[in-house]
Amino acid sequence: MKVDLYERIWIWAAALMIIAFLAAVIFSAGSHAVHPPSRIETVDPTKVLTEGEFTQAGVTTREDGSVLVTGLARMFVFTPGVMRVPAGVPVTFRLTSPDVIHGFQIVGTNANAMVIPGYVSQFTVTFDRPGEYLVLCNEYCGLSHHLMQAKLIVEEAP
Amino acid sequence: MSGVELPDRRLEVQHFAVAIAAFGLGAAMAVMQALSRADIPLPMRSEKLYYLSVTAHGVLMALVFTTFFIMGLGYFVARETLGKLEWKGLATGSFWLALFGTLMTTVAILSGTSTVLYTFYPPLQAHWSFYVGATLLVVGSWGFCAVLIRTYVMWRKDHPETPTPLAFHGMLVSVIVWILATSGLAVEVLTMLVPWSLGLIKTVDPVIARTWFWWFGHPLTYFWLIPAYVVWYTIVPRHVEGKLFSDQLARVVFIMFILFSTPVGFHHQFTDPGIDASWKLVHTITTYMILFPSLVTAFTVIASLEVAGRLKGKKGLFDWIGALPWKDPFFASVGLAMLTFAVGGFGGAINAAYAMNAMVHNTAWIMGHFHLTVGTAVALTFMGLCYWLMPRVLGRELKFPKLAIWQPYLWFVGMTIFGGINHVVGLMGMPRRVYSGKFLDSEVAKGWEGMTLISAYGGVILFISSLCFLAVILGTWLWGKEIAPPEVAFSEPLEATGKAGLWDRFGFWTVVAVVLIIAAYAVPLYDLYTMPRFESLPFKPF
Repeated sequence: MKVDLYERIWIWAAALMIIAFLAAVIFSAGSHAVHPPSRIETVDPTKVLTEGEFTQAGVTTREDGSVLVTGLARMFVFTPGVMRVPAGVPVTFRLTSPDVIHGFQIVGTNANAMVIPGYVSQFTVTFDRPGEYLVLCNEYCGLSHHLMQAKLIVEEAP
Repeated sequence: MSGVELPDRRLEVQHFAVAIAAFGLGAAMAVMQALSRADIPLPMRSEKLYYLSVTAHGVLMALVFTTFFIMGLGYFVARETLGKLEWKGLATGSFWLALFGTLMTTVAILSGTSTVLYTFYPPLQAHWSFYVGATLLVVGSWGFCAVLIRTYVMWRKDHPETPTPLAFHGMLVSVIVWILATSGLAVEVLTMLVPWSLGLIKTVDPVIARTWFWWFGHPLTYFWLIPAYVVWYTIVPRHVEGKLFSDQLARVVFIMFILFSTPVGFHHQFTDPGIDASWKLVHTITTYMILFPSLVTAFTVIASLEVAGRLKGKKGLFDWIGALPWKDPFFASVGLAMLTFAVGGFGGAINAAYAMNAMVHNTAWIMGHFHLTVGTAVALTFMGLCYWLMPRVLGRELKFPKLAIWQPYLWFVGMTIFGGINHVVGLMGMPRRVYSGKFLDSEVAKGWEGMTLISAYGGVILFISSLCFLAVILGTWLWGKEIAPPEVAFSEPLEATGKAGLWDRFGFWTVVAVVLIIAAYAVPLYDLYTMPRFESLPFKPF
């Protein structure tokens, strides 16, 4: 196939750009261990309100100092509605839904996960900046979707 | 096809008419939403109406307007390039079936029983007629696919050596992408949503449903885009009196869309549980592959326009740009659509970035993104093409030519404001699809208020542009002066492709595409189906 010189240069530049993008994506994922929440764990959505860990939604500190937030996203509230966590400590969120799909987005951070009934969403975030954060649902879940929110308070480490 | 006598265009006109009617209704819904998000107190403003209208806008614009327009364009291109259509009865029957399905779904939405948005993720459950109507629309579109394939096969028998006419080459690729895409949708709707909404099965798995949906949802965007590329490659250069810069590369580009359109769906599910991160990374890589044909297109199409300027005697580095007919409504639409796509395309590269996606997932950024891409690159191209098609199909001169010239510029300005500001406010964390952005007067959300107001201004400008478009179309149809239809001519390449070859082997490339899809989806789907799961009962919180 005959390809014009300028077009040939463009094609190589485009290919190199794509390779550079991909290299950056893969390198950052590997070196900083930044992976999207991809937990594979299932739970019965008809039972999460009555039995198991999600009946005790809340914040607990584990033996190694890391923090665990167990939470529920449901029409149209998050439990717990206020989460207090320390700054600079890895915080692991474990979330599920007893009804429809919800989103769990902590505005101003890269914590953003789908919360899907029947599955446990799990991810770990370290908050460096103390302050109050807005947690909101970013997946349409019904007529009061836009009211579904919670508060995350990151406290100065003791 | 020049001359006074008008060939029979009823089939095309029917399709375009449904497309444009859907567009008009969708646009009316849109302006209401843009104002609602800015918390402007409209009469009748309510949550129920807002989410209903988001559903209607998405379905009418993204599924009805696009599909009917592309079917009409496909028939038009087939007739013009291959000389005739086979199986015309099937084409007519498919049209009525698709229209019936569309009406069924539209009624389901407007009745308020199916406010599930155009992504209809279970366990939100719509009325069964919503899913059945959508199914009939898709089945109707399969009839269109069969007609185009049959027409091609019969033409190929008589022309074994001729390369496929480029415009038809692109439309056929779009047909193949649509078949690959809708196979996933068919599994979701036929094995899960329809029986579930009829009460035949009690539960469905939301992650499996999302996986089939996005098997469909991303190639869907190329089903929209490829016909726009057909216009850019094969109609625009001729219209501005240029030549297609590279015929061969255009064919390579189209074939690449067959290969890489579908095995990419997990980039819509990066933050989903139940899917291993390594598969998400695989889909990231395939998604980046699909940037390549669009980058090549940018070169070829712009070079073809430059040829037009050069043929008019322009010699400078950039003065050929000014020599293009920016006051021609068709060219202006396409030129502005391309410009917008350059920005929107790069935004797409961010959405597809495995880790960076978390910053934008389900925020207003995404909504801004697809209004630049499908909402402008594709929709503005189609609107502009209407100005080119109307005289040729109806034999009528454009009515209100001043409105037709203003319309694409208004759209461009409106969308630059609307799309731009929603990218920004999305990065600031505002989610998409919310009735109100106040979040009980949260401090963070206060920072979004001015932005949603600017977005609403953009929405109003877009609505005015839509009204201009509808006025020109209706005016031309009803009162346009009858003229001898101008010639329908496609771009001539600088150098013609001699003989049919590798790039005409559609069957072979489709098989390769199927292999890639299996490689990308077989294992994660097998894992999902075989692991112990707990499925969901239906919910109707609307």
